[in-house]
Formats: sequence, structure tokens, C-alpha cells
Amino acid sequence: MKKQYETVIGLEVHVELATKTKIFCSCSTRFGSAPNTHVCPVCTGMPGSLPVLNKQVVEYALAVGLATNCQINQYCKFDRKNYFYPDNPQNYQISQLYLPICHDGFVEIETEAGKKKIGIHEIHMEEDAGKLVHDEWGDCSLVDYNRSGVPLIEIVSEPDMRNAQEVIAYLEKLRMTIQYLGASDCKLQEGSMRADVNLSVREAGTKNFGTRTEMKNLNSFKAIARAIEGERERQIELLESGGQVIQETRRWDDGKGMSRAMRSKEDAQDYRYFPDPDLVPVRIDDEWIERIRRAQPEMREEKIARYQEQFELPLYDAQILTESKHLADIFEEAASISQKPKEVSNWLMVEGMRLLKESEMDAQQLSFSPCHLAALIKLVDDNIINRTVAKTVFEAIVRSDVDPEKFVEEKGLKVVNDADALEKAVTEIIAANPQSVQDYKNGKEKAAGFLVGQTMKAMKGKADPGMVNEFVRKLLNEA
Amino acid sequence: MRILDLTAMELGKKIKAGEIGVEEATAAALAQIKAAEPKVHAFVTVDEEKAMVRARQVQEQISKGQLAGPLAGVPAAIKDNMCTKGMLTTCSSRMLSNFVPSYTSEAVRNLEKAGAVILGKTNMDEFAMGSTTETSAYGETKNPWNLEHVPGGSSGGSCAAVAVNECFYALGSDTGGSIRQPSSFCGVTGIKPTYGTVSRYGLIAYGSSLDQIGPIAKDVADCAAVLEAITSYDPKDSTSIRREDTDFTSALTEDVRGLRIGIPDDYFGEGLDSQVRETILAAVDVLREKGAVVEEFHLSLVEYAIPAYYVIASAEASSNLARFDGVKYGYRAQEYEGLHSMYKKSRSEGFGPEVKRRIMLGSFVLSSGYYDAYYLKALRTKALIKKAFDKAFETYDIIVAPASPATAPKLGQSLCDPIQMYLGDIYTISVNLAGLPGLTVPCGTDSNGLPIGMQLIGDCFQEKKLLQAGFAFEKSRCYKGPALAKELEQESGAVFQYTSVPQQNDSQ
Repeated sequence: MKKQYETVIGLEVHVELATKTKIFCSCSTRFGSAPNTHVCPVCTGMPGSLPVLNKQVVEYALAVGLATNCQINQYCKFDRKNYFYPDNPQNYQISQLYLPICHDGFVEIETEAGKKKIGIHEIHMEEDAGKLVHDEWGDCSLVDYNRSGVPLIEIVSEPDMRNAQEVIAYLEKLRMTIQYLGASDCKLQEGSMRADVNLSVREAGTKNFGTRTEMKNLNSFKAIARAIEGERERQIELLESGGQVIQETRRWDDGKGMSRAMRSKEDAQDYRYFPDPDLVPVRIDDEWIERIRRAQPEMREEKIARYQEQFELPLYDAQILTESKHLADIFEEAASISQKPKEVSNWLMVEGMRLLKESEMDAQQLSFSPCHLAALIKLVDDNIINRTVAKTVFEAIVRSDVDPEKFVEEKGLKVVNDADALEKAVTEIIAANPQSVQDYKNGKEKAAGFLVGQTMKAMKGKADPGMVNEFVRKLLNEA
Repeated sequence: MRILDLTAMELGKKIKAGEIGVEEATAAALAQIKAAEPKVHAFVTVDEEKAMVRARQVQEQISKGQLAGPLAGVPAAIKDNMCTKGMLTTCSSRMLSNFVPSYTSEAVRNLEKAGAVILGKTNMDEFAMGSTTETSAYGETKNPWNLEHVPGGSSGGSCAAVAVNECFYALGSDTGGSIRQPSSFCGVTGIKPTYGTVSRYGLIAYGSSLDQIGPIAKDVADCAAVLEAITSYDPKDSTSIRREDTDFTSALTEDVRGLRIGIPDDYFGEGLDSQVRETILAAVDVLREKGAVVEEFHLSLVEYAIPAYYVIASAEASSNLARFDGVKYGYRAQEYEGLHSMYKKSRSEGFGPEVKRRIMLGSFVLSSGYYDAYYLKALRTKALIKKAFDKAFETYDIIVAPASPATAPKLGQSLCDPIQMYLGDIYTISVNLAGLPGLTVPCGTDSNGLPIGMQLIGDCFQEKKLLQAGFAFEKSRCYKGPALAKELEQESGAVFQYTSVPQQNDSQ
């Protein structure tokens, strides 16, 4: 009988924090600027420069730690990790080894078998490195230190995951939590969230862990899932053919769908960690923790429950609206102004999602003022515009945050409910469509609908559809 | 009177009074540098032009009443491990032979605010590693009292420059005695303040947890004034301490009545040169006569200080010096193949043997498997040494110690036996390990005419007690620099004299 294998997976997740300035100096963390424009003596490792901790980094790390049920090291320290590489200007990275800020937490994920807890071994704070640019034509490498010193937290899980679905669920959970906290935008493609996968296999039922490998360069959830499948198969094949898994770091090539070894354990460097003497220990008192705890926002699960109860939204809608905190914020503000949560939800769920899909944006990128959506709903309610026009107005709000009242005024989109004008328009349409009049007389109800549609079209959609309907029936019966 | 014989405070007063111009004083110092450098070699860089331009600016500001501090217009020298914007900063290493910083260290900025005229950068042991200023890549500095002897180190250039009147005061740095020991060898006064008193921002680090910048001057009053000027709470240095009691010049009173002085028997026993012992004990007697209470006691743990210090300082240095790799600034090897070869060759060629020795030592003690046995044990030893001092300071205000087991050795004697050289730091390094302030005051010479300094050690933040005792002792003697200082001045023919002019009356 063929052996059954179990996959054991642990993750190391790096998250770039959303601070305005770097972790140890006051340079901007802005992404995508010209090389070496956000640099100073500290983040370029100039002789004599000294690091000073950005307090916001500690606050974000604490917030993430508390949201993931971690214990807090109220006396924590920074350590130097020594290694030579040109993207690392001091040739040591300031990180935390001996006393990381958070430890022993967990998050709960949904699996096919129900809820499951994934343990978090620790969360530590550290600085990011610069970026090397290899100039193949100039036969040299250049280095951009804009990213050097951007704050990171590394979230190290316990080896509690057993398949790719659990890994993705765990990552989604982390991403959602951290986005809700405002601690990071967590974009895998842009590198503000990076995951390294530690994976080993063992015969089902055995207690001891197999030898693990570490997989790097995973830039999307899909790549992560593929890499897990690929590595699982590679390890099983090795074992089945009588070979052994070597503890090593491997680089995933998503294009080729395979990985190759980067370095083995034997080549592993001795980082000679020691406490950074340039930084003082961070003391986190109870009051500070309490303050962060009190400032924690309502998390997604809580929102989903509340939306169902308070606003009587269906579970599905509540889930979509809370997929990003940004969208949930827009929803809540517009709902609060308009007092019409269901209407707001409908707009966001139907037209909103359609527009996002059409323009390949995600909810995070929505930038309109919720009060404009509320104003739009009021315009419809007050019968100042009709629903067809309202869709056009909504699109304008989403695309360029227009004030709907002004927009309607300027573009002349108000409902025409002037009886004379409508009667005149309907009369003209009836005169131009004798066949339809005949059809109606012959009992074809549909013909009336067609004439309503034609009138609406002639009125560029601005006519009050109820009134048009009335006039059509009245004039048809008179004809 | 001759300008160069003045102390910094005296010169500052005369500049303020209009008796001496800033340019005149600067020119005097520069002329002395020209005369002395071929013999003493205290400087790595002298920037005459910049100094004279600066002198004119400072004079203008003083004349307009915009600058009034006691050091305004007084020419000074800076140890070459403090960054000076636009001025070469080499740490006396080939590695930084082309390094011109883009910013100025906080201590030097504070001096500039006080109106200092910076003459140049002084020679030192490479990256402050050494006790003789012989490990400099730019040649050794010689002791102005006897050119065949070393000036001590690592701030040997700063101390020699002050002794031979090339400047009126200088800044040094002290990681294991680098201000106090060369001050003793050169017969000048130097203080290492409590750790955290002077910002380390811009000081090129050797052992970050031990490094402190401090003044080197002709007397205690000057030291107090310079210390007052460079002390600041600096948010750019996480280890900087906010202090209220930084009016150090207020401590310059002669009264030592009731001051409790402890003499550790473990500092005055075996290994200490008998002339040094007798001279220091005689100096203590002066303080006793002035009313101080002197007592012998046992400090303990003294023998553990050297191993603990060399483990901690080297560990930190191995990491601090990693940034010197030829990538961003500094020396890069001419020929290499690939990145690692560039690293290896640049660092092999850029660093001298003493620096390499300490980097290797430091890398070793931090390696996995050795970290606990060496580095952590050294940290525990450091804590115990601090405890021993804490206990002593329950009883005493001041501890008196030598600054070195003997007077300045001859050139070339020390480097052939590094262990012996390390052992010479025994009286100074505990002070760094415990973060304490220490002051060296000249108290005599040996039979060869080489200076002997007395080290006064205080509890954290008790610099004032040291300055007070040092000042009281100093008043009992007359400052006398090396004969060479005057000889050079005569030889060069550039004798800068001044005559007191009566204060002009506004109504005239």
C-alpha cells in the first residue's frame, strides 16, 4: 500500500508598516520615488550616524500583536543581525532575536473541517534593506536606499498548517486584520506583504517532523498555493525514491512552476546576533498596552455580525462590504448620513462592484466621499432624478467624487415632470409609431411598454417614468 | 604675555575684551602647528584657509555682540573620529582616507555654536584602537615632552596638540581610557564624562556602549568650560541623557573640605610604577591638607575588567566597523573579482593589524556557541563591576587612581606585545564599563621628565565633584607645558605677543 503523507507548514510573513517615516530616522517611506531621494546619514549607514526608534512602529506592532492574541514582552530589545550585502548599508540589520515584542499568539481560520487555530510563535520589529538594481549593460550594480530603514514586522507562525487552503486562509486572515488596524496595506505584489513558506512532510500518524525547506520569492496567493503543492510533491518523491530532504532555502520560480536550491543549512551564515548598543530597551507599560487595546477598531467578524443584525443585511452582502475596511468605512458613513443602509449597500454591492470590476480596481482604491453617495440616495428618494440617471451620477461619483446635486444641476439631469412637456413628447412618439398603436389596440400590452421606452429615450432618460406611463396609456386609449 | 601660553578661558576673556583678535589667535595657533607638526605630528588634517575664514566670521559675530560665550573665538582641534561636514574625517585609517562627511557631529556643532574656530583634525590610533597613537595609518604622533616617547592613545594627537600649544583645547573620545591615559602622558587635563552626557551622534563608533566624547585642555577650568559647551541632550542619540546639572564651571571652587576620597589598594599595588605611585599619593596629600578625608579601601574585581572590556568593545567594534566595505564610501581595492573579493580585499588593505585583530576577536566572541561563554559573561562582569563602584560610592565622593601603570613608553615598544598594551588599560577601562566620569589632572613628572597624571573617578553625574577636586589641586601648582612648546615658538620666529590695552570709553 502506498504511504500517506501529511504536509506540515509554517509561515514567516514580513509586513511593511504604514508609518510615514522610517523606523530609525525621519526619512519618508513613500514608495516609487526616484532612487536615493528618501535617504539620510542614518538609513545609508554613514559613519557616526545613530538610530532612533520611531514610536509608531511599536504601536503598530503592539496593535497587530494584540489583534492576534499575543503575549507582549513589556521589556523588549533590538538586536543586530550581522551579514554583508550591499543593500544593507551598515552590513547589519537591526532586528529582534532575544526579546521580540510579541509572542505566543494565534489566529482562527475557517477550514472545511470548521474553525482552526494557527499559532503565532512571535512577532518582531526590524528594518527593511535597500534595493539592488543590476545594470546588465553597464556591468555594475546600483543600490537604492529609499527602502532601507522602512519598518517591517515579521510574523512567525507555528508549524500548524497542513495544506495550501489553510495557508491561504491564514494569510487572508492576517492581511484582513492588519489592514483593519491600518498597520499596512499588505500588498503582496508590491512587496508590502511577503511570505516565506517552511514546509516538511511526514508519514501520516507520525509525531516527529520531517526535515523542512524554506521557500522564498512568493508574490501572490496563487504562487504560494502552487509552491506548496510543488514542494510537497518534490519532497514526497525524494523520500519515496529512498532519498532525503535537505534543510535548505529554495527559490520558487512561478513561471516554470518549480523551485531551485539557494543555499543549504551548511552554508547558513552565523549572524552573530547581539543587542544593539545604540538603542535603549523598549519598555511597554500596562497603560500603553491598554491604550492600544482601546483604540483597536471593530474587526471584520464583528462587523459582519453587526451588519446582519443592525442593518438586516444578508450574510453575503455583509461579507462583501467588510472585505476591506475602507469599503466598510464608506458604507457605514454613507449609511449613517442617509439612514438608508440597505440602499447604500445596494449601490455598493451592485453598481459599485460592477464599476470596480470594469476598471480593474479594488475596493481599497475607492476615493469618493460617502456623503455624496448619501446625497445621491436622497435625490432618488425625492424623485429629483430617476434610477437610470442615478446610475450615471453614481458612476461620476465613483470616478471623480462629484457632488451629485451640482452634477445633476449642471448636466440638466433632473426628472422632467412637467405634464405639458411630457404629454407633448408622448403625443409625438405615438404619432411616429402608428404600428405600435395598432398593436396595442389589438391587445398587445407590450406595445405600450415599447412606447414608454421610446419616450424615455427621446427625453434622454430624464422623464419621470411613472408619469410617462400614465400619459402613454391615457393617449393610447384616446387614440 | 604670549598668546599661546594662555588657557582657553583666558584667551576667551581677552578676545571678548578686544585685547586679542580671533584672527590673531588663530594665526598664532596655525604658526605653532606649522612649527610643531614636523616634529610632533599631532594632526591628520589642518585647514588653514577654513580656519582663517571662520576666525573672521566669529570675530564679526563677537564684535556685533552676537557671540558672548567664554569659548567664543578660541581655536580648537578635533579628534579625527568626529564627523566634520566638508572636512576629511579619517579615523586615522586608510579605510577612510577619502571620507568627507556630509554632516557635522553634534558635539562639534555645539562647539561651533559656542564660537569655536576649528583648526583641523588630530591624529589617533586607527579607529581609536590602541593606547599609543602608533596604530594610525598616517604615522605616529610623538610626545612633546620627549619626542622618543608616545603621547598615549587613542586621543594622542589631541593631547599632544594641546601640550605643545598647537590649539587651546581639543576634543577627544574615550572608550577605555583614550582621553585620560594620553592626558596623563602629555601632562594635560582631560575628562571623560558620564556615559550619555555628550551626544555620540557623528562620533564614528568603536565600542558604542563605552564611547564618550570629552574635552582635553590645559587646566581644569578649561575642561569644565568645554564640557559645558559640548554637553547637550540630543534626540538623535538614543543613549543621550537629559541632564539639568550641566553648569560645570560653577563647580570651580577650591573648597574640598569634607570631600571623601577613596584610594583603592588594588589600584596601587603590584604592577604600578613606584614613581607614579608616589607622585599621585603626594597629590592626594595636597587634597588632604586642604580638608579632604582620605581613606584606603578595596574595590575588588579589578582583574576582570580587562577581559570584560576587550570582549565587549571588540564585539561591538566587529559590528560597528562592518559598514566599511568599500561599497558606499572610503577605500576600495583597485583589483577584485566579484563582490566578495571586493569586500575582502578592500577590508584587508584598508584596515591595519590592530583593527583586524579586534574585528576578529569581536567576531569570535559573538559566534554561535561562544556568545554565552564570552559576550554574555562579559556583560555580567560589567554589571558586577558597576556594583562594586556603586558600593564604593556609598562611602566615597571620589576615587583616586593612576591613569596608567607607568609614564609614556618609548615609541615602538608597545605594539610588539599587544597583551601587555591591553594590560596597561587596567586603571581606566572599569570607568567605561561602569559608565562613570573620570578626570585626569597632571600632578608631576618622573625622573625622566615625563608627566604623570592623577585620575579622579566619580559616581555617575558627579563630574562637578571631580572638577572641584581637580581645580583645588591645580591651584596648588602652576601649569607648565613641555619646553618644546616654547622652543618651537622661538625657532619659528612667530612669537605672538599681546599687550593689554585700556578699555575704550564710549564717550570718547
